[in-house]
Amino acid sequence: MVDIVIIGAGVSGCAIAREVSRYKADVLVLEREEDVCCGTSKANSAIVHAGYDAANGSLMAKLNVEGSRLMPALSKELDFPYENNGSLVVMVSEDDRPALNKLYENGVANGVEGLRIVERDELVRMEPNISDQAVAALYAPTGAIVCPFGLTFALAENAARNGVRFQFDTEVTGIGKTDGGWKLSTTRGDVEAKVVVNAAGVYADKLHNMVSEDAMTITPRRGDYFLLDHSAQGHVSHTIFQLPGKFGKGVLVAPTVHGNIIVGPTAIDIEDKEGVATTQAGLDEVRAKCGLAVKDVPLRQTITSFAGLRAHEARHEFFIGEVQPGFVDCAGIESPGLSSAPAIGVMVSGIVRDILKLEENPNFEAKRKGILDPKGLDAEAHAALIRENPAYGTVICRCETVTEGEIVDAIRRVPGARSVDGVKRRVRAGMGRCQGGFCSPRVMEILARELGVDQSAITKAGAGSELIVGVNKDAI
Amino acid sequence: MREYELVIIGGGPAGLAAAVAAHEAGLRDILILERDNELGGILNQCIHNGFGLHTFKEELTGPEYAGRFIEQVKKLDIPYKLNTMVLDLAADKTVTAMNREDGLFQLHPKAVILAMGCRERPRGALSIPGCRPAGIYTAGTAQRLVNMEGYMPGRKVVILGSGDIGLIMARRMTLEGAQVQVVAELMPYSGGLKRNIVQCLDDYGIPLKLSHTVVDIEGKKRVEAVTIAQVDGNNRPIPGTEERYECDTLLLSCGLIPENELSRSAGVELNPITNGPTVNESLETSIPGVFAAGNVLHVHDLVDYVSEEAGAAGRQAAGYIAAGCREEEHKALPIKCANGVRYTVPVAIRPGAAGDTVTLRFRVGNVYKNKKVAVYAGDACVFSRKRPVLAPGEMETVILKTSLLTDHPEADGITVTLEEA
Ligand SMILES: Cc1cc2nc3c(=O)[nH]c(=O)nc-3n(C[C@H](O)[C@H](O)[C@H](O)COP(=O)(O)OP(=O)(O)OC[C@H]3O[C@@H](n4cnc5c(N)ncnc54)[C@H](O)[C@@H]3O)c2cc1C
Ligand SMILES: Cc1cc2nc3c(=O)[nH]c(=O)nc-3n(C[C@H](O)[C@H](O)[C@H](O)COP(=O)(O)OP(=O)(O)OC[C@H]3O[C@@H](n4cnc5c(N)ncnc54)[C@H](O)[C@@H]3O)c2cc1C
Repeated sequence: MVDIVIIGAGVSGCAIAREVSRYKADVLVLEREEDVCCGTSKANSAIVHAGYDAANGSLMAKLNVEGSRLMPALSKELDFPYENNGSLVVMVSEDDRPALNKLYENGVANGVEGLRIVERDELVRMEPNISDQAVAALYAPTGAIVCPFGLTFALAENAARNGVRFQFDTEVTGIGKTDGGWKLSTTRGDVEAKVVVNAAGVYADKLHNMVSEDAMTITPRRGDYFLLDHSAQGHVSHTIFQLPGKFGKGVLVAPTVHGNIIVGPTAIDIEDKEGVATTQAGLDEVRAKCGLAVKDVPLRQTITSFAGLRAHEARHEFFIGEVQPGFVDCAGIESPGLSSAPAIGVMVSGIVRDILKLEENPNFEAKRKGILDPKGLDAEAHAALIRENPAYGTVICRCETVTEGEIVDAIRRVPGARSVDGVKRRVRAGMGRCQGGFCSPRVMEILARELGVDQSAITKAGAGSELIVGVNKDAI
Repeated sequence: MREYELVIIGGGPAGLAAAVAAHEAGLRDILILERDNELGGILNQCIHNGFGLHTFKEELTGPEYAGRFIEQVKKLDIPYKLNTMVLDLAADKTVTAMNREDGLFQLHPKAVILAMGCRERPRGALSIPGCRPAGIYTAGTAQRLVNMEGYMPGRKVVILGSGDIGLIMARRMTLEGAQVQVVAELMPYSGGLKRNIVQCLDDYGIPLKLSHTVVDIEGKKRVEAVTIAQVDGNNRPIPGTEERYECDTLLLSCGLIPENELSRSAGVELNPITNGPTVNESLETSIPGVFAAGNVLHVHDLVDYVSEEAGAAGRQAAGYIAAGCREEEHKALPIKCANGVRYTVPVAIRPGAAGDTVTLRFRVGNVYKNKKVAVYAGDACVFSRKRPVLAPGEMETVILKTSLLTDHPEADGITVTLEEA
């Protein structure tokens, strides 16, 4: 029997795992996918919201503001990309002024610092590509951007360093009460635990409903995006939202921490919890709306489009708490879930600590060093690195200049990359303008070598997504 | 690191031919930088034959064709560095590169030849809606897996785009035991060479559906089905024309993009039509002493022309260095494209700096029948040739006598156009 099972290795589950590893406990994370960060945490806007949006008094508002406050220090402690670029909610019709003021007031009430309304002149100075119809905007200097993969991997690696175990390809299919806790049936056998944390994203309702009479429904709300090449960098520098109003709800245009531009999302309620396929209509909607707040968005420089699913609960609130003795929900974690993750981690670990009366882990190590990116080194240190380990001199991904050294590091981490996508999310190989055309065969070679398997066993993203189906002429 | 007078970025057919020609023109201090582990560029994975008919008057495979040039480079003792990635090119021609042995290093050559080739347009850039599972490859990636590593990327294949690589892969995959169901092409004409359509599709009974595109991809882990539909005049799918193909693989052959990130970082002016540098008749870019040739300049369909063009760039670079890196002022005649001519390489001619002839290469924007290609110096027609068929997939070449231009000193510009035959 383990002390704590956390279901789901998204940003919520990983933040909880990391915070809980401050205590002496046997912690196991169960994840149905092959890696960390394969659910909603991999496909979102990557914005650290300042916290003016969520209704004052809600848990969502509290955790968002707290998460946003914790993020800068956490990014240093755990070494993941974070940039405090500030955000603007742009109003494109004077008619919407009351809504802008209301947003400002809500933000102030939530405790968001530095909020102010900027008028057109200043707005144009801040963002030369702001649209001609932009009238004013709510400026949030604490708004920021983060690498959602970087954040999630950092939390997971630090948790693992502090003793948390991760088990992948393991789906929890049933939950039953036992004397001392819970028995989970999984696709890879039963697991018993004293405390279960449900951080299953869009599936959190399913797990919740296995133990609680008070049924919950989570609707997947899809968001489609375009991601633009580095060559579009600088088109905007702040995160630019459009104030919902006269012209409907817009889409955001924002820089990413890696120098791309992200444009989206839509908000389309669907039934399929796996429905992350983009649609023509969804992409067209993004195309049509992105010009409202920002002009001349260079969509021609799109390198990929994708979609993610918000775990939407009708009340638009986070549901965190012990719903049955020893069963803790972390559900309804839709946007701003990423921003709130650090605070969600603290809150849930507190609940679990109190249930199990956990003691501090004296060996807890708060720091984690990220995968070394040689591009950040000065010439001398860079040269020394290659001398010491020539793998850092071999470029594998040409678009993003990712070397073999970085890829090997990504594979050897715990939890480490086991698939082409796992490598991609950790070191960006294949995330550039050619989208892995050049490097995926080489990444497959390195994976096969490091994992000691045949190349035909290498997948894009776990079992069933094999990239090679055989050898030439084997079917003739 | 020792310095070199000429640095060639890219060791594909363009870089190799440029090096050999520069050497033949008397330059001895040349270095080729190649990021792959062998010379030859993209030809190494083109194991089918049909290369070199123009250059060597025989049919060679891609590696054989590249081999001829590699042999010459080796015989002439032209130094090259493999597994060496050029990371940056500065406006003053400082080249920053990296490899395992030398680490990160800089070179300060007198002249640079850009020969970085091109890359394929990936699925993302096409914004095809649907799932994003395994089983979607660019044709070139599949070509590498099959031809160089012997791996099958899939069994039941749909191909989007009728570029030459896609056509050639339709045949290759068929020969290796896969079932190629259809090739869908967005445009009302193929982007590939006529001979490839006949030899790679028709001969194997693979249908080519023009004015069709992919509208959906299904499959969570691996591709399970692809739906194609006909498009209207604005390339929008026509509802009701959808056809669903069960398959495990989608290959994309939807165009090549010249690899000009280095050119851009150096501040070399690029032509928005070709995505390659704008060059004059000497294949010199907007930065004096920086030349370009091959697919980095504009996408070629035949490697023979790449070699020819790159040879000229090599000679020009050698001449530039021999002349002490100084250039005389010459009047430049900008070239205007008209009536369906999409672009020309070069974009301007300086008759005073040109040799006896100038080679003009261009592509048209649509399929045209029974036209005349005409070149004007000012208002005077200096060249005209009948062409029964012109197609976007086939590059056109005009060799112009320079004297025809100097005969018209009053001309301020040149026009390349199509006229009724
Ligand atoms: C379009 C869009 C835009 C967004 N933009 C932002 C933003 O800009 N800023 C922000 O703060 N937030 C944003 N969000 C919200 C944010 O992405 C999510 O709140 C956050 O990623 C949720 O993380 P999670 O760990 O709760 O869920 P997930 O990342 O989905 O993780 C849940 C995990 O549980 C696993 N799982 C499910 N069922 C089982 C089972 N039975 N057994 C085992 N494992 C299971 C899943 O495989 C998954 O890995 C956005 C969301 C979307 C969709
Ligand atoms: C996938 C594919 C298949 C083709 N098939 C055919 C065919 O069947 N028949 C035919 O006639 N033509 C074919 N072509 C076209 C023909 O091969 C090309 O015209 C020819 O290879 C172009 O030569 P190149 O030297 O300009 O480019 P490439 O052959 O692409 O060579 C460019 C070289 O530059 C190197 N390089 C680029 N950037 C850097 C850098 N930063 N640092 C160091 N090195 C760098 C690359 O690694 C590469 O080796 C094909 C092209 C492609 C892309």
